[in-house]
Amino acid sequence: MSEEVIMTEELTKVFNKHLTAVDHVNFSVKQGEIFGFLGPNGAGKTTTINMLITILKPTEGKASVLGFDIAKQNDDVRNVIGVVPQEYTADEDLTGLENILLCADLYGIPRQISKERATDLLKLVELTDFKDKKVQTYSGGMRRRLELACGLINRPKVLFLDEPTLGLDVQTRTATWDYIRKLKKEFGMTLFMTTHYLEEADSLCDRIAIIDHGKIVVVGAPEELKHSLGGDIITLSIKDDPDVTEVISSVENVKDVKKENGSYRITAQIGEVTAPLIIEALREKGYTVTKLMLTEPTLNEVYLKYTGRSMRDTEESRETFRAQRMTMIRARGG
Amino acid sequence: MNEHHPSRFHGIWALTKRELKKWLKEPIILLMAILQPVLWMGLFGKAMNIGNMFSSSSLSLPSLVPIPGSSLIPPQLGDASGYIYVNGSYLSNAFANLGPTIMQGIFGVADYFSYMAIGMISFIVMFTTMFSGMSIVWDRRLGFLNKVLSTPVSRGTIIFSKVLNASLRAIFQATIILILAVIFGLQVSSTFTVVSILGLYAAVFLLSVGLSSVFLAVALRSTRWETQMAIVNLINLPLMFASNTFFPISQMPDWIQAIARVNPISYLTDANRQLTVLPLDASSLMFDFAFLGVFAAVFSVIGIALSWRYLTK
Repeated sequence: MSEEVIMTEELTKVFNKHLTAVDHVNFSVKQGEIFGFLGPNGAGKTTTINMLITILKPTEGKASVLGFDIAKQNDDVRNVIGVVPQEYTADEDLTGLENILLCADLYGIPRQISKERATDLLKLVELTDFKDKKVQTYSGGMRRRLELACGLINRPKVLFLDEPTLGLDVQTRTATWDYIRKLKKEFGMTLFMTTHYLEEADSLCDRIAIIDHGKIVVVGAPEELKHSLGGDIITLSIKDDPDVTEVISSVENVKDVKKENGSYRITAQIGEVTAPLIIEALREKGYTVTKLMLTEPTLNEVYLKYTGRSMRDTEESRETFRAQRMTMIRARGG
Repeated sequence: MNEHHPSRFHGIWALTKRELKKWLKEPIILLMAILQPVLWMGLFGKAMNIGNMFSSSSLSLPSLVPIPGSSLIPPQLGDASGYIYVNGSYLSNAFANLGPTIMQGIFGVADYFSYMAIGMISFIVMFTTMFSGMSIVWDRRLGFLNKVLSTPVSRGTIIFSKVLNASLRAIFQATIILILAVIFGLQVSSTFTVVSILGLYAAVFLLSVGLSSVFLAVALRSTRWETQMAIVNLINLPLMFASNTFFPISQMPDWIQAIARVNPISYLTDANRQLTVLPLDASSLMFDFAFLGVFAAVFSVIGIALSWRYLTK
């Protein structure tokens, strides 16, 4: 088996003839890695995942999962993948155990094997005590874990996770990350996930692709991407706001100086050493530093660099999602 | 790697079982499903006491009823004004004997309740299957459909399991109605046997398969359950009343007759009546079954074909 578990070639999806959700995307995912698709809502993440899990047909281009063509050999793909969708898809009227067994039946797994697996999986996601309770009574985190268990029932080689922590609170989110790491370790799977949480991509993923308006803008390991920015960011303001770009640029290890809104945004290596040197250089020339901030680059800076927008601006979409979900629950009278 | 080689149909029973479980776990819905036909039978079947309309109680005659003598031969038998007088109680008695004959002529049975109770089976089958489209809309909205689509379950299976679920529910409800109808005084014909019940189930199954396929096909791409509700609300009334469910087709105006004669509900009702309350006429029963069979075959094939086409976008 080749090292590339997922391969895409100019993968494209156009809805209603003019809305291009995914635009000639090329990437590959290696055996055993956690590959993250990072981007704001509407960037094309879910559309990409839906094509890879064979529920959407690509308009153009092709993709393969474990060597199986997603369009022509879709049943082969479906057999070897596991899917943890964005929504809570477990049936609320059934118990946790019944839901897992239902998933098993959909893969045609014989009952005696599926029962054994269900017991193991429930233990793994710590839902054994709740297995006979209706899913209605589960909390968000428990539901997410149940989805994980369902996605693993067919012992998939590749697990697709669409926004695995969407709508969860911070603690539950961190706990879910731990489960995902544990799963990867236990089953040695390849994971493909989408997220719009920078921290999630940073802490979980071995490699990420930043996707914006249906196009991949950059692919790499989070560390590598952060380093590609050239170092830490020093932001400082100077009394009376004179132009001191020259002075700062002459300091050792300073890579780049930008003046924006009355403050300087400096990219420098080893920021904690360089910052005092900059202050020193400025004082020698008679300038007074009034404010200084040192930040290590995060994926937000990476995102900002490649898309020109801040990822944080899209954060409120999480609240929108929650509100939508609550409306749905009310609509069903639950 | 999933080491199992599931058959083409492995998901059918799993998906059908899911829906049946959901249904049985909701005792209130189940109770309503049983109560509804009780209310309908009680109100429609007993309150609309059509049999009574053709009895002497619907006439209040004077002791002597004048009848124009000219309508009789010979006319000279009458009095000076040309009228002859008949004792009212004789007329009443004559009419009382005529009533059941009229009922028999119009409805084929002596009491309207027996006629209508069997129509109720068609009514409940229609309602049960009409809402089968709703469940696929919900499955889509809640993401369950996408999850199933990402598994190796055949696309046709997804629809077929819903058809099967609707049909099993319809059969269950038909049984309840039949039991209740017997309790309330259903008069079965002399040709009724246990085999007739199996025939009735077969007819109910065929109509359910056809009708639920139609509604599922309509719902396949829909994301709004409101649309489904609107469609169901729009067509349930014409479908029910332009048929022999509550009233014989022969008494309807021609244009409604034309609709009723292609309405599959009419054929289910007719088959069921022949099997239970009417004397059995083998050739027309065969025709009913043939019609229902073709209806079920055509629409289930269309439904499954559409699901292959539309469940993957």
